[in-house]
Amino acid sequence: MSIALAGSGGSGVMTAGTLLLDAAARAGLYGIMVRTSGPQIRGGEAAALVRLAHVPTTSLDDRFDLLLAIDWQNIHRFADEIPLSAASVLIGDPDEGTAPEVFTAAGARYAMLPLKKMAKAIPGSWTNMVALGVAGALAGIEREALAAALRASWKRADDKLTANLAALDAGIAAAADIGASCALPPAPTPGTGRWLLSGNEAAGYGALRGGVRFVAAYPITPATELLEWMAPALAKVGGTLLQAEDELASINMIIGASYGGVPSLTATSGPGLALMTESIGLAVAAEVPIVVVDVMRGGPSTGIPAKSEQSDLSFAVSGLHGDAPRLVLAPTSIADCLTTTQWAVHLAEALQAPAIVLSDQFMGQSRAVIDRPPDVDFAGARLTAAANAPDYKRYRDTPSGVSPMAIPGTPGVVYTADGLEHSEAGIPSSQSRDHRLQLDKRERKLLLHDYGDRWADVEGDAAADAVVITFGSTTSAVREALARAACGGVHAKLIALRLLAPAQPERLAPLLAGVDRVLVVEQNHGAQLYRYLRSVYDLPGKVSSFHRPGPLPLRPGEIAEAVFAWRKA
Amino acid sequence: MNDVAVAAPPTAASYKSGYKPIWCPGCGDYSVLSSVTKALAMIAVPPSMVAVVSGIGCSSRIPAYTSCYGFHGVHGRSLPAATGLKVARPELTVLVASGDGDGYSIGGNHFLHACRRNVDLTYIVMDNHVYGMTKGQPSPTTEPDWDSKLSPGGTGVRSFHPLVIALASGANFVARAFSGDPNGTAEMIAQGIRHPGFSFIEILSPCVTFRPEQREWKRQMHAAPVAPTDDPARAARRIMTDDGFNIGVLYVGKRTPYPAVTGKVKCAPEALEAEFAL
Ligand SMILES: Cc1ncc(C[n+]2csc(CCOP(=O)(O)OP(=O)(O)O)c2C)c(N)n1
Ligand code: SF4
Repeated sequence: MSIALAGSGGSGVMTAGTLLLDAAARAGLYGIMVRTSGPQIRGGEAAALVRLAHVPTTSLDDRFDLLLAIDWQNIHRFADEIPLSAASVLIGDPDEGTAPEVFTAAGARYAMLPLKKMAKAIPGSWTNMVALGVAGALAGIEREALAAALRASWKRADDKLTANLAALDAGIAAAADIGASCALPPAPTPGTGRWLLSGNEAAGYGALRGGVRFVAAYPITPATELLEWMAPALAKVGGTLLQAEDELASINMIIGASYGGVPSLTATSGPGLALMTESIGLAVAAEVPIVVVDVMRGGPSTGIPAKSEQSDLSFAVSGLHGDAPRLVLAPTSIADCLTTTQWAVHLAEALQAPAIVLSDQFMGQSRAVIDRPPDVDFAGARLTAAANAPDYKRYRDTPSGVSPMAIPGTPGVVYTADGLEHSEAGIPSSQSRDHRLQLDKRERKLLLHDYGDRWADVEGDAAADAVVITFGSTTSAVREALARAACGGVHAKLIALRLLAPAQPERLAPLLAGVDRVLVVEQNHGAQLYRYLRSVYDLPGKVSSFHRPGPLPLRPGEIAEAVFAWRKA
Repeated sequence: MNDVAVAAPPTAASYKSGYKPIWCPGCGDYSVLSSVTKALAMIAVPPSMVAVVSGIGCSSRIPAYTSCYGFHGVHGRSLPAATGLKVARPELTVLVASGDGDGYSIGGNHFLHACRRNVDLTYIVMDNHVYGMTKGQPSPTTEPDWDSKLSPGGTGVRSFHPLVIALASGANFVARAFSGDPNGTAEMIAQGIRHPGFSFIEILSPCVTFRPEQREWKRQMHAAPVAPTDDPARAARRIMTDDGFNIGVLYVGKRTPYPAVTGKVKCAPEALEAEFAL
């Protein structure tokens, strides 16, 4: 069941969408709310795209069952983002004009409701609460859940609450007259142990659980909320967040703090990551653990700041000068933003290397009802040097490649961390022997590490001779597409890569035994994952690519179509 | 390298690493190194509790020549690295070293914000009015008519005034030193370390290879004729009107330093998940 609530800025559609998702969660449903808005900072058109289901779901569907518009100002700009069908219902306020052709063209049933007048009739109430009542009732959510969500969010005077509860009821009553048939049946069990949060919050929380206690950052859409969530949270757990003057500063601040022994992180988006690259190379060379969360948006350059795209992949896996082994990870869902970020902190610390986490705007800024992610505790932390360790050499060539790091304040093991190539003792060196030794060491520590099963999510028919490989937020749409394809008799297994670099050929090979075709699915223009996979893995048989740039999310239907076409080819 | 025995009072030698500097014979930076080690001996802080953080340049080679913890980062970013370190580990003494190219050109923005932020750091810039390491190009403090291969006939661009910029940006301690006066410079560095907040010490340090005429500096330098002031306007007027060879502490401010991490734990991270639970 998919609902779009749209209106111009200030019409309160985001609040209504948030409450709808909260009410659905109270009613035992799962769901996701994606925010979309025009380029204006304030007052532009906005839409809350809500999808509700009985099973965890974090992708958007092909069509919306309901589009409810509080007004039509510039809402036509969302035509591509809110596709309708003949089975959809379109609701608008007749006093705000008529629905634009782009929405009526699909043949959706068009119902008129004087939302504004209905709210006016109840002094002190708001139009968006009438809309919440309409949308909630049409989705099949009982009144009590809607009212409870409204009450829980209430921070103003009580008489206004009463008025808005009445507005909600007016909306529910009006919905009955529309009589749409798209309502979800009630959830079989009340959901317990569920969470409602955004990917950005999940990533911030994962960072704290991983031990991060210092963050420096420069604001950038769509990563800012991650930082805004972390600022007060860090203060509570004994850490701190520092707003830097730019990303050149923020990356070096976290390297400095981590050199001081404190696990550190920054969050940014493509433009910020671009500015940070020289210093990420410093973290590689000086072997300082850091985590950089890149909440990807449309690029290149300033690109499309508030819309999603998976187009920083090539840059993340190869965009540093010199031979610079680094960790690149990507969460496969909003819930997984927590676990993957926590894992990234663990890996960075254990391997004394930078880890880049590729989240994106879609995961970062959407809120979802999820099952509480299982607790994970990653064993092992940063290997540090003991005081007065005999013959201490910071960059000693150990079998694992990981060498004890002396933390400033520890007597008898002082050293200089250096971005210049260095000897084992850390003294700058341009000798070929030292360069080779240190390059090998830094590569080896990443290659020898046992990443376990977490490197990828592997699902579906293990015996299938076809595989779809994807990563990041696209995973959930691919999963849904493969379920539909299976209903149509087409079977393929799904591999969603969580660890993008270093590549894991020994782990992928057994999964590809007996496979004769591979489809790579991703949201960017350049088929970046497809090209990367072909360069680091031996892929069997026929390898195809389905890729499309943002800003529109990849939808299950188009992926399913691509899967059918691919299997037929 | 082991720390000096705790019992004996440290000497400047206790803070030297024994690595042989790569600097040209006669380079001013040798004396700056000696002033740094003397200053640390005056403070008598154990070498393992000191971190020397730098960027890239001849001057930025200094950390490994001390027996302290060192961080030799990338060009222009010594201040952010030091800021992160000091805010996260306030118990360390953090000394930051740059050259005029590293600190005023590629790292210029960080200079403004480090002054503003007022983290308890001591920042020494070895200013030789030239890019030494890349073999003689003009820096932001180079005279506009200084001839070089990259800018034949000079840049024609006026040099800038780091001390005034530091004052205007909020530095809490501003001094000008000369490498030819290692004891005076050591004294100023020690004062800068003791003074809370961001202390900035511009050290005129000749590049004998690309600016041999700077050997004359020792004849031009003189002690500042007045005591330091805590009035930024007065300090700025003095600095703007002096001859550029006025050596001494010029401004001592009273700003409260940027708060370091307190480490006070109000709750475990797990307690925060309550806000997500339905
Ligand atoms: C990003 C980057 N750009 C350019 C360089 C080349 N480079 C190295 S040192 C330097 C200038 C150093 O001048 P200064 O800071 O005045 O130090 P000095 O060598 O004079 O002590 C330059 C331009 C570099 N290392 N990194
Ligand atoms: S080039 Fe100049 S600054 Fe560099 S070491 Fe030689 S004299 Fe010193």
